[in-house]
Amino acid sequence: MTLLKVDALDCRYGLLQAVRRVSFEVEAGETVALIGANGAGKTTLLRAIAGVHRPNGGRVELDGVDITTLPAHRRVGLGIALVPEGRRLFPSLTVEENLRVAASPRRPGRWNVRSVLDVFPMLQQRRRTPAASLSGGEQQAVAIGRALMSNPRLLLLDEVSLGLAPIVVDAVYRSLAGILSEGATVLLVEQDLTRALRVAGRVICMLEGRVVLEGAAAALDRDHVVSAYFGLRKPA
Amino acid sequence: MRVARWTRTSKLFTGGTAAVAVALACVPLVFESDLVQKLTTLLILVLLAAMWNALAGYGGLLSVGQQAFIGIGAYGTVFFADHGVTPYLAMVLATLLAGAISLPISLFALRLRAAQFAIGMWVIAEVMSIIVRLDQNLGAGTGISLIQMNQYEPNFRQAYTFWLALAFTVIFLVALFLLLRSPLGASLQAIRDDEDAARSLGVRVAARKRLLFVLAGFGCGAAGVLVVANTLFIEPGSVFSVQWSAYMIFMVLVGGLGTFEGPIIGAILLFAIQTTFTQGGPWYLVGLGATAALFALALPRGLWGTVEERLGLRLLPVGYRVVEAKGEERAA
Amino acid sequence: MTLLNAALQGVFLGAFYAVLACGLSIMFGVMRIINLAHGDIAVFGAYVVFVIVEHTGVSAFVAFAAALPVMVVLGYLLQLTVLERSLKGGILTPLLATFGLSIVIQNLLQLTFSPDVRSLGGSAGALTTASWQVTGGLSVSALGIVVLVVAVLVFGALQLFLSRTRFGWMMRATAEDADAAELVGINSRHVYASATALAVATAALGGFFLAIRSVFDPVSGPTQLIFAFEAVVIGGMGSLWGTLLGGIALGVAQTLGAQVHPQFSVMAGHLLFLVVLIARYGGGRIALRVAR
Repeated sequence: MTLLKVDALDCRYGLLQAVRRVSFEVEAGETVALIGANGAGKTTLLRAIAGVHRPNGGRVELDGVDITTLPAHRRVGLGIALVPEGRRLFPSLTVEENLRVAASPRRPGRWNVRSVLDVFPMLQQRRRTPAASLSGGEQQAVAIGRALMSNPRLLLLDEVSLGLAPIVVDAVYRSLAGILSEGATVLLVEQDLTRALRVAGRVICMLEGRVVLEGAAAALDRDHVVSAYFGLRKPA
Repeated sequence: MRVARWTRTSKLFTGGTAAVAVALACVPLVFESDLVQKLTTLLILVLLAAMWNALAGYGGLLSVGQQAFIGIGAYGTVFFADHGVTPYLAMVLATLLAGAISLPISLFALRLRAAQFAIGMWVIAEVMSIIVRLDQNLGAGTGISLIQMNQYEPNFRQAYTFWLALAFTVIFLVALFLLLRSPLGASLQAIRDDEDAARSLGVRVAARKRLLFVLAGFGCGAAGVLVVANTLFIEPGSVFSVQWSAYMIFMVLVGGLGTFEGPIIGAILLFAIQTTFTQGGPWYLVGLGATAALFALALPRGLWGTVEERLGLRLLPVGYRVVEAKGEERAA
Repeated sequence: MTLLNAALQGVFLGAFYAVLACGLSIMFGVMRIINLAHGDIAVFGAYVVFVIVEHTGVSAFVAFAAALPVMVVLGYLLQLTVLERSLKGGILTPLLATFGLSIVIQNLLQLTFSPDVRSLGGSAGALTTASWQVTGGLSVSALGIVVLVVAVLVFGALQLFLSRTRFGWMMRATAEDADAAELVGINSRHVYASATALAVATAALGGFFLAIRSVFDPVSGPTQLIFAFEAVVIGGMGSLWGTLLGGIALGVAQTLGAQVHPQFSVMAGHLLFLVVLIARYGGGRIALRVAR
């Protein structure tokens, strides 16, 4: 079953075209990695799917429903959650408030404050700490937990490893593995190619706003991916 | 490619403007004193609009308190005249006084941003108003006449005042024009477009803003001088009224914030409205307020800014434009 | 003793200013904008109460309770029609738009109600006249106490709302990062409009207090705005409790100033405001510049 369908999406910042006629689909239960160099348009694409960047053309469908013009908060109600680049926590709110403010009354399910804290035990002691005084790894855990609070059908993760020490990234991905193994649908942006190929079932590579390569992670030849990543070879 | 400032249109127009100024100077020789007085009012509006635009349009400084300087100019004139200075000399002195006072005020006012600056300036105007109200020599709350003007025969007086108004308007518009065309002008526009970016490029933002603030202090002081010279009577309730700011905002927003020509057009519009409708009626003010708000929300570049954008027109060459130069390829 | 009494009256006066300033502080806190029509909205609220009293003859307090929902709805609509648009236009646009709105409100009130000065003191019952002589020189008015208590309750309730309720967190979250708030399912338009509705409601409360404490007319608004803004700045922009203290400091400065000269009352408040501004934003740099 197709959960997300992106069709000929165009996104611009003023004169700069960040996403050019991008089309792809994500099946329910799939984990798809979006890779590409800086400025390839990955973040913009995720933001357009989540609804915080208004696209200039094309369509976004969730489970067959056109959501292209819906504001972001309505998409959360339909089951899309984005963990934004740079985490973007609410600094004066405590960990628990950051989580509870994101709970969606219309979307009950497996995730609540307790189950999020179970997945990220390091937050247990920090429940009453303002987000501003957390470490980077803790902040990333809260950001992921906050997105889970709405029990999303589609989880969008934008560079969860950015700015974190490798050991912390490992911890974050270990927690994520648990979430992924439960059959969640995930579209993630990851700079680290090896990690992306390991986590994802399928990979989409972007270059200068376009999709240049798409395929099952297991079937892709690494050199092939690298050349697409840097645009060393014209896409076939 | 080369960078040009003058276009055919702007050359024609600049010449035309100079011709208009000369023609205006002849008005008192030909027309009734009633018209002369009205045109003086128009020049005051032009001057005020240009000064407010210098602050907000080029400095990003939204002041709701420029009436402070209008008041200093007006009361300064009365003060100097009371101390035996010839009225017209008193007017020049009062203008200088307003400009001089704007300097110390700028030292702290320019540290404020947005609403703090806007209301901070308003409070300064209120403080000046209270100081005048406390001073019996300045007529306290009831107002005072510039009786020394009685020494001139009315027709001559109105002619002199008009010429002074014309002189002030030309001086301040030319000063602003030259300022915008100087190397400073480019940095001012950089500040207007993005203050933080300009600062990071090494533009001395505070110094540039101070220049505009002091210019506007002089200019609004001059306008205040002309108000008392034109009406011969002032009271703190009206000369320090925030209504002046309302007029300035209306003229600049409707004409075109951050354009040189826009405020002049706005002033002519306001003048036309004031002479057509009974001045001071509440409906008229409702219209002014609503129009200003609508322009701010829906047409932020104002009438002139919009025309300029659509037609690529530039009458006065304060900016730069990139043009294709003939034979460029060959030269390169 | 007279000085002490003046200071005490200043506290009561300042509590009134704090109520006026509360809405200004909320809107600045949530949206980083200052509504230059805030004072006129307060006065508009006073007129709504006045109309209800005139037509029904009920007590001013009952009339205020009836006016409050009207003001909440108007506040919500104000956000959706004017402020929301102005927020997209850069730092000066909200100021310009609300300044225009201020002129519109003042003159519409003038057209509807004439420039006459009004008061609701008569319809507020014995409360406006009752007072106690504590000692020889110290007197406490019932109205002063009421305003002070209401002010503390309003600020206390707001504090609880922002720190303990989910909607309060949503408001803080939106204030801190509106984009991220949308991403966790918060309708930022609704939150902004609610903040403005709240601000307009407290402005109406301030206008109501103005009307029962003293007199008002269609052009009373700008003065109320200035006092409210002074209270916000003296207390430190963005701090809710600071606004309460700032209001009280302003009130005390005014009543003490009046001891020097009756005309000096408002002036003393202005001077306190300017001194605080200089001390907070310009003092150090000026001193440095002079020293160099």
